[in-house]
Amino acid sequence: MNTRIPPGPGAVPMPSRRLFVQGLAAGGVVAGIAAVGVPQRALAAATSTPRLAGAPAVLSAPRVELSIGESLANFTGRTRPAITVNGSLPAPILRWREGQSVDLFVRNTLQRHPTSIHWHGILLPANMDGVPGLSFNGIGPGETYHYHFNLKQSGTYWYHSHSMFQEQAGLYGALIIDPAEPAPYHHDREHVILLSDWTDMDPGALFRRMKKLAEHDNYYKRTLPDFLRDVKRDGWSAALADRGMWGRMRMTPTDISDINAHTYTYLMNGTAPAGNWTGLFRSGEKVLLRFINGASMTYFDVRIPGLKMTVVAADGQYIHPVSIDEFRIAPAETYDVLVEPTGQDAFTLFCQDMGRTGFAAGTLAVRHGLQAPIPARDPRPLLTMSDMGHDMAGHDMGGHAGHDMAAMKSMEGGCGASMGHGAHGGGSDTASKAPKHPASERNNPLVDMQSSATEPRLDDPGIGLRDNGRQVLTYGAMRSLFEDPDGREPGREIELHLTGHMEKFSWSFDGIPFASAEPLRLNYGERMRIVLVNDTMMQHPIHLHGVWSDLENAQGQFQVRKHTIDMPPGTRRSYRVRADALGRWAYHCHLLYHMEAGMMREVRIEE
Amino acid sequence: MSRSLLSPSLLALGLAAALPVFAQSHAGHDMAAMDAPAKATKTPVEPVDHSKMDHGATQPATMDHSTMDHSTMDHAAMGHGSPAPTEPREPIPIPTDADRTAAFPPIAHGAMEHAPEINSLLLIDRLEHWDGKSSNGQAWEATGWIGGNINRLWLRTDGERSRGRTESSSLEALYGRSVSPWWDVLVGVRQDFRPADSRTWAALGIQGLAPYKFESSATLYMGSGGQVLAKAEVEYDVLLTNRLILQPLLEATVAAKDEPEYGIGRGLNKVEAGLRLRYEFSRRFAPYIGISHERTFGDTADYAGDHARDTRWVAGVRMWF
Repeated sequence: MNTRIPPGPGAVPMPSRRLFVQGLAAGGVVAGIAAVGVPQRALAAATSTPRLAGAPAVLSAPRVELSIGESLANFTGRTRPAITVNGSLPAPILRWREGQSVDLFVRNTLQRHPTSIHWHGILLPANMDGVPGLSFNGIGPGETYHYHFNLKQSGTYWYHSHSMFQEQAGLYGALIIDPAEPAPYHHDREHVILLSDWTDMDPGALFRRMKKLAEHDNYYKRTLPDFLRDVKRDGWSAALADRGMWGRMRMTPTDISDINAHTYTYLMNGTAPAGNWTGLFRSGEKVLLRFINGASMTYFDVRIPGLKMTVVAADGQYIHPVSIDEFRIAPAETYDVLVEPTGQDAFTLFCQDMGRTGFAAGTLAVRHGLQAPIPARDPRPLLTMSDMGHDMAGHDMGGHAGHDMAAMKSMEGGCGASMGHGAHGGGSDTASKAPKHPASERNNPLVDMQSSATEPRLDDPGIGLRDNGRQVLTYGAMRSLFEDPDGREPGREIELHLTGHMEKFSWSFDGIPFASAEPLRLNYGERMRIVLVNDTMMQHPIHLHGVWSDLENAQGQFQVRKHTIDMPPGTRRSYRVRADALGRWAYHCHLLYHMEAGMMREVRIEE
Repeated sequence: MSRSLLSPSLLALGLAAALPVFAQSHAGHDMAAMDAPAKATKTPVEPVDHSKMDHGATQPATMDHSTMDHSTMDHAAMGHGSPAPTEPREPIPIPTDADRTAAFPPIAHGAMEHAPEINSLLLIDRLEHWDGKSSNGQAWEATGWIGGNINRLWLRTDGERSRGRTESSSLEALYGRSVSPWWDVLVGVRQDFRPADSRTWAALGIQGLAPYKFESSATLYMGSGGQVLAKAEVEYDVLLTNRLILQPLLEATVAAKDEPEYGIGRGLNKVEAGLRLRYEFSRRFAPYIGISHERTFGDTADYAGDHARDTRWVAGVRMWF
């Protein structure tokens, strides 16, 4: 099933081909419609077999050729340029076996732009990691880069471009490594479920739009009628106190995600909901679903009405199985989930975005053409002061449906006009939780908020998922199936604060954007601890390249091995890092536009 | 993780090979039956028994302590004398020269592309037709910036036409610097093109988002002839819905000096209050209607004569690029 591309090194550079990707607004179509002015021959060269929508090729040879180029895609009724691998969006599924050594020849057929591929979560030498400027020089137009590495792990991973906004334009695909030893569970069949977000806009223009008006997509701000309703319900003083608090912060509690369905179409395996991506099963089979969030900016809340899910791996690594109804998947995370569909011919895979503005959806069915009802989206959540770590009075983090007036009222002093002083206010009962903020955050125009009471909140399902009547996966419920593979206590600790300015759309660690930040230096061989504190009102998935992020529980003990650690607002979470990979590694928020806006550091592991 | 959470679905998995593993791991974390890398541990909470771990044979050979920089480690932070192993269970590989070469390849300057640091906005806040007591015409007010997160070049322009003639028009060019998350300090020049001979001012001001989200600005203008004007403006958005937005606006001007030739009296000389209702068809395009009341005071009112107070209906469009 391998799709062969004209050979890489030494070949005559080919002109950029514009290929038509099997996108669609509705119905299933087949690829193979050439764009205007493109010879059919060129198309055939790249896509040897037309592929059904949502069924990217599976490449499993130890030697693989990938051709990055521009294609045309249509997910919304409008034909737009996309960046694809072998003419496919998502990119082909790479499938290998643990212990294999693989060679990838990645050829850039883009006319003007350099490109790159990063193998997300894969342990490999730094020069194979695919981050231009840290691992290598990128792949220039017409060039081919030879990636070579040994697969030292197994599980569900993915790969994507690390060049500017190419990931948003479509350059992402699944990477599956079958284990050398049998998995600790049995399954009869499996499907990759790659979720993503698509925009008809040029991703660079979308970034510029965020810089002009970051609140563009927030059409859910509280209105005057909402205020009057709250007055009626809670009384004048409570309603005014609440509006006053948000007003003093110049923020809005409906700001759940920067970019939502007003801009995005959500895709499942490269298929819009109307296209109804379908994965087959036979009743009674155990089906392994490999969920990958390849979205640039979207958190998905995933459930399959009528089915219990058993999560057996997180970020490619086995965990003790957890039986749940629903899970939140941050950008770049992967979850392996077992289901046993029976009693119905079709089940809906329902993946609503965290802000409840839209969804990706598909179907598990006994045959193609079936569909189960698509549930309504949940009510839109409102952020509370507790969510943002401004809860100076209340401690119950699990149960705030929307308003905790007691906690909010108590914030009138500490959560005042300048959030910068929040850390020093409040009662003594919260003093132990009050984080020390780095000096670089003080008087920093790029830091619009600081949390004053932070906790790991590993058992909190998260905003919009609390008390919804469903069993929701939490970080606290996940434990690696293995002991801490390193075992040592961390020898030292680095604390970093996630910072930003919503309106300027500037994002950073410790208030220092990437462009002006020094690398973090780790000593080769050391075991250290990274403590993250979220000083923003947004949620950030933080990814460290090259080495694992071993999340700790609230007591500071090894809990679960991940490559991407999700950081809800107001949380403080710690993880252990074993610095066993020399080199210069990227460390960043996996919300693409946050990374590009500065929430990134270089981590340098040196002898 | 509770047992009750897991049991039903695990049993449902019904896999002979898997069940023992899962069952045991839940019954107290006895990992001995698993193929996990760590073979000889008890629960993660309890001290690790080193005697069962094969450190003696592997560690000294694979771990070169001389390459580690202990000086930067904060041993004080370790505290609590945990009996965790001091050597890693999985040995740290000793890097070869090939590893070092692969880890730090030569990188060309500029290999990493970055999102633009310089961005811009042009906001045409008001572009409107007005209809007053005894006259009608057009008016505009626009703001633009270009620059980074902290330092920006600001351009501001406003003006008014009446019966086909431009009565006033000005352009300001200001360097703005963020001094706090919400406030910028501005310094620059203002050029009046109307009325009278073009007059140049030095400008010094602040602008930003005041608490409760009042869009605010205050500017001091020092002009030729020793005149000093202070102008303050506050805007607020009242959301009737997320697209239908009522915007009250208040603008006041104070002068330091009496200048009859410019129609400027000393003291508070002009207050403008506006109320505009816009509908955002998109964020970028919002037509509006509104009412604006302008009143002059003191000597300024005398100079203005009939125009001392005026109430105008306005209709226009708000756009940004």
